[in-house]
Amino acid sequence: MDRRVTFNHRFLPYFLLAPQVAVTLVFFVWPAGQALFQSTLIEDPFGLSSEFVFLDNFAFVLSDPLYVDSIIVTAIFSVSVAAVALLVALFLAAKADSVISGKLIYRTLLVWPYAVAPAIAGVLFLFMFSPRVGVLSSALTALGVDWNYLLNGNQAMMLVIGASAWKQISYNFLFFLAGMQAMPRSLLEAAAIDGAGPTRRFWTITFPLLMPITFFLLVINMIFAFFETFGVIEAVTQGGPAGATNILVYKVFRDGFVGLDFGSSAAQSVILMAIVISLTVLQFRYVEKKVTY
Amino acid sequence: MAEVIIQDATKSYGNTQVIHGLNCTIDHGEFAVIVGPSGCGKSTLLRMIAGLERVTGGTISIGGEVMNEREPKDRNIAMVFQNYALYPHMTVRANMSYGLRIAKLPKPEIERRVQEAARILQLADFLDRRPGQLSGGQRQRVAMGRAIVRDPAVFLFDEPLSNLDAKLRVQMRIEIRRLHNSLDTTSVYVTHDQVEAMTLADRLIVMNGGNAEQIGTPLEVYEHPATTFVAGFIGSPPMNFVTGQVGNGGTSVTLHDGLQVAVSDDTLAAMAGQTVTLGVRPEHLQLAASPEGAMPMTVDLVEALGADILAYGQVGQEQVIARLPHDAAVKIGDRIHLSFAASQVHLFDATSGARLSP
Repeated sequence: MDRRVTFNHRFLPYFLLAPQVAVTLVFFVWPAGQALFQSTLIEDPFGLSSEFVFLDNFAFVLSDPLYVDSIIVTAIFSVSVAAVALLVALFLAAKADSVISGKLIYRTLLVWPYAVAPAIAGVLFLFMFSPRVGVLSSALTALGVDWNYLLNGNQAMMLVIGASAWKQISYNFLFFLAGMQAMPRSLLEAAAIDGAGPTRRFWTITFPLLMPITFFLLVINMIFAFFETFGVIEAVTQGGPAGATNILVYKVFRDGFVGLDFGSSAAQSVILMAIVISLTVLQFRYVEKKVTY
Repeated sequence: MAEVIIQDATKSYGNTQVIHGLNCTIDHGEFAVIVGPSGCGKSTLLRMIAGLERVTGGTISIGGEVMNEREPKDRNIAMVFQNYALYPHMTVRANMSYGLRIAKLPKPEIERRVQEAARILQLADFLDRRPGQLSGGQRQRVAMGRAIVRDPAVFLFDEPLSNLDAKLRVQMRIEIRRLHNSLDTTSVYVTHDQVEAMTLADRLIVMNGGNAEQIGTPLEVYEHPATTFVAGFIGSPPMNFVTGQVGNGGTSVTLHDGLQVAVSDDTLAAMAGQTVTLGVRPEHLQLAASPEGAMPMTVDLVEALGADILAYGQVGQEQVIARLPHDAAVKIGDRIHLSFAASQVHLFDATSGARLSP
């Protein structure tokens, strides 16, 4: 059967596509083009003049040790956020799936954090872990931990990872739970008759069957960690201490809008875009093939 | 020896009881079929035998041991599911050997059993494929292979053929019966299809509303249905029912339109004047030689099946179906007269539906 729709009117299909094309042009192609253009210019801080420098901005950025540090920080940050968010969500979903009464309450409560904006999530964690007034930081101090994320880079990193992952857990949880509930019960029953205990059933049946979902979530979580965690960083650490949480997207903002180095900032965002596009392409080309049945 | 004995088994979900004290013994080597309409509790009963549902009351024992508290894996059973429940991410070989690998059998032994099952089921060429690459019939066979390699005492089948097309269903039905004959095991098979039930069963358990309405061989159930439910459920097209009053002396039943039907049943003598349900199977109705003493019916639909024809019509308030020879000249609108032998009449209590005839 031919599934293609045929239109009698020649321009109707273009007309129907126009809104989507317009949105893409205005909100993606145009700014991306601007960034690409800007990345080849050096502008004076007052925006009065600019000079074409070709790839100098890229050469400068890539040879900057601070930028290399930021790449390493970003790698640690995004891998940790994705790993923590996925593992905790998987655990919670497995638990929620086996709950018999009060299912809806669990599900609703576990989804709430997703409704919280990243910046607000950051502020929540800021209040809880503030070295001076935080509830949990006094608990940590009482336990003998020398807690001060304003001075300790590793602690600051753990805090922003926690705040970012916390927000993403809900999203992952929903997908995992839906995946588990869509799985035919008889598969697990067959495995039970075959002699597999609950843990074994999970790792040999449930988890492999969730792989396509896990993979999709991995991509989404990485993109989240790369771009959308700006609010958390801005609210909690502002990239500090000493650049310990200065992830790429935050550095783009700092260098461009605080440091007023638009050329370098634009070059960085172009690089960031290239990294994420290539990561996604890589994941889809090589990982997805192995996880679909 | 693995006979399955079900004693006073009940099952409740909260306050809702779905199985009401069921008793049944399935002998070693027997092929038992549990048949009934959807929602009658047949699958629940099977799942209770498998250990996938807890038994609320009574006991279920396999091979002389009470199984109520045993895990499914410790019951020495294997189950074939309606949707096959194959592990989609594993090859056919891995699907079949999954349970054996968990049981930590030596590798050569696992391979020997898988090869043996693959040979019996003609799956040898498909061992390295995944279920997604197989046809419905092949998946069905893999599901059976997974059951065979476990070498269980009891096979449980939960409507295993309902996802197959009609032709394949007949073919697989025969294969399942052959398989049962060649393996020395007990089988319990759930279906809603009465043809499957009649052809496969050594022992038929007809269920309705959580009760076993009748347990017996297919022929016993067909010839002496215990209730109107069983009479209507087993046999296709279903048995015809008409109500009537028992005449004086209990030698005849008078139908609505005054027609007297002679019955040869001495138990009716005490029931003079009472209302009974009279059942005759469509295949036991014939065109009467003369209208005298026969049941008149106006034909409103004719189905030609090739070997014979089905004539539908009304007798009094009830719909009646007659299975007539293929050369019977019957058309829509015809007024025909039907007769039947007194020995082919089944009498049931009009209110309880219980059988009155011996």
